[in-house]
Amino acid sequence: MSTVALSLRPLEFFFAQYRRVWRGTAVSSVATPVFFLLALGVGLGVFVDRSTELPGDVSYLDFVAPGLLAGAAMQVASFESSWPVLSAIKWTRQYHAMLATPLRVGDVLAGHQAFIAARLFMTAVVYLVVITAFGAVRSPLAVLTVPVAVLVGLAFSAPLAAWGAKTELETSFVAIFRFAILPMFLFSGIFFPITQLPTAIQWFAHATPLWHGVDLCRQLTLGDVAQWSALLHVVFLVAWTAVGMTLAFLSYRRRLVR
Amino acid sequence: MAGDNGQPLIHARGLVKRFGELVAVDAIDFDLQRGEAFGFLGPNGAGKTSTMRMIGCVSPVTEGTLRVFGLDPAHDGVKIRARLGVVPQLDTLDMELTVRENLVIYGRYFGLPRRELGTRADELLEFVELTERANDKVEPLSGGMKRRLTIARSLVNDPEVMLLDEPTTGLDPQARHVVWDRLYRLKRQGVTLLLTTHYMDEAEQLCDRLVVMDKGRIVAEGSPRELIESYSTREVVELRFDDSRPEDFSYWTDGLVSRVESLPDRVLLYTDDGDAASHGLHERGLVPESVLVRRSTLEDVFLHLTGRSLIE
Repeated sequence: MSTVALSLRPLEFFFAQYRRVWRGTAVSSVATPVFFLLALGVGLGVFVDRSTELPGDVSYLDFVAPGLLAGAAMQVASFESSWPVLSAIKWTRQYHAMLATPLRVGDVLAGHQAFIAARLFMTAVVYLVVITAFGAVRSPLAVLTVPVAVLVGLAFSAPLAAWGAKTELETSFVAIFRFAILPMFLFSGIFFPITQLPTAIQWFAHATPLWHGVDLCRQLTLGDVAQWSALLHVVFLVAWTAVGMTLAFLSYRRRLVR
Repeated sequence: MAGDNGQPLIHARGLVKRFGELVAVDAIDFDLQRGEAFGFLGPNGAGKTSTMRMIGCVSPVTEGTLRVFGLDPAHDGVKIRARLGVVPQLDTLDMELTVRENLVIYGRYFGLPRRELGTRADELLEFVELTERANDKVEPLSGGMKRRLTIARSLVNDPEVMLLDEPTTGLDPQARHVVWDRLYRLKRQGVTLLLTTHYMDEAEQLCDRLVVMDKGRIVAEGSPRELIESYSTREVVELRFDDSRPEDFSYWTDGLVSRVESLPDRVLLYTDDGDAASHGLHERGLVPESVLVRRSTLEDVFLHLTGRSLIE
């Protein structure tokens, strides 16, 4: 039995579980981009566009929309890979149920992350449709923001799964959201170019996956792709995902096989 | 097929499980033959669950040999687990999904086709008498129903061996009897059962053969009857006292019984003829608050072997 086939088996469980909440997430995955684009792109954007010029002479709406898409991917992935991971270990104990069957630790991890990737895909498609409807897409290359958003999400969900399988404290997630996810959302170039920030913080932003995702999505929706920089962004996101997955695998194994 | 031709389904020699300094399983040997119901009887912390988890290939063997269906759990976990049915100590049902969904999704982990699983789920729900609850969520079901569902779920892949870790712990007496009845039927159908329990009545009801475990070691092995014959007497006289409990029993019991166990709440006198012994005590003038003559059980075997009761 191939590894891929085994890792797909848990997907069915996560989708069955998702069916209970899908209405809520469907509404919020449409409402969130609409609210953000109305408030920032249209509302705030009018003032920004009057007073200043963004690099490349783009409107604020066009500037902020792809960044929000990447930011949404981070948020969804982080949420899906924190409490649900700890829950599958401690509360619903679904990982334990899976491991009593032919599935292995790697299949359980891969299956859960594959579900998160599917969630990211759906979220990104909806987001892209909304920003297109707002007229914030300038190039057909924007279609590629969907796989990029999935990759951005995995760059967060993989290391967070490693933490989720390690921690005993669910409150640690609150700290991560408040002191890591939120600052990244604010200071990774979604709302303003990071050149506005002190150099030290710029370097910090360059080290996080979100800035790379934001810049890459922006290049794609604006149709202004700098090949080398785009490639570097992808390599960086893949590296975060790969390291995160490795850590998650080790962390899952330590927690679940003892 | 491995495990046939007289080769045991599960074979353990010098099996050890350590967690850091703690020795959970301390060099145990046992063999499980096809078709038998085999039990690990022991108190909490005796190493029963650790042994089950090693057999279920979710806990690596620290030392010694373990073969399941002739395969090594270190390399063939996937193949072994495909042929096992696991009923864990703590339920791992999804509370928000329906009874039926729990069965079908679990079957999908084994790669069974959805169509086949539909029929299989119906049969299994019938078997554990949950057909009427098929489309209800699991959460509101009683403890006994959840346990039956876990048993049904463990049968979805038509396992050759069922691993039952404390199958009735936490259930009320009536629910326990329903579970025992289902397990007994499976045994009659030729399913091999391996179970852990700290209930001696459960071990007596279900096991053809059992090992008594204490502190990670096997202290005795045999059928319930053999164990009682080797480590206890035919009958037991249980004495309870109010305030006037004598200090020295040998004065009263010398020559009357073969052994005395003094517990905090009662005194057990081991003898082959309980009525004769209690009659003798009466003649010597000992007047306890109550006298009960009963047959020996595995509880007495355990008490004799370890000096402690099973459930403390």
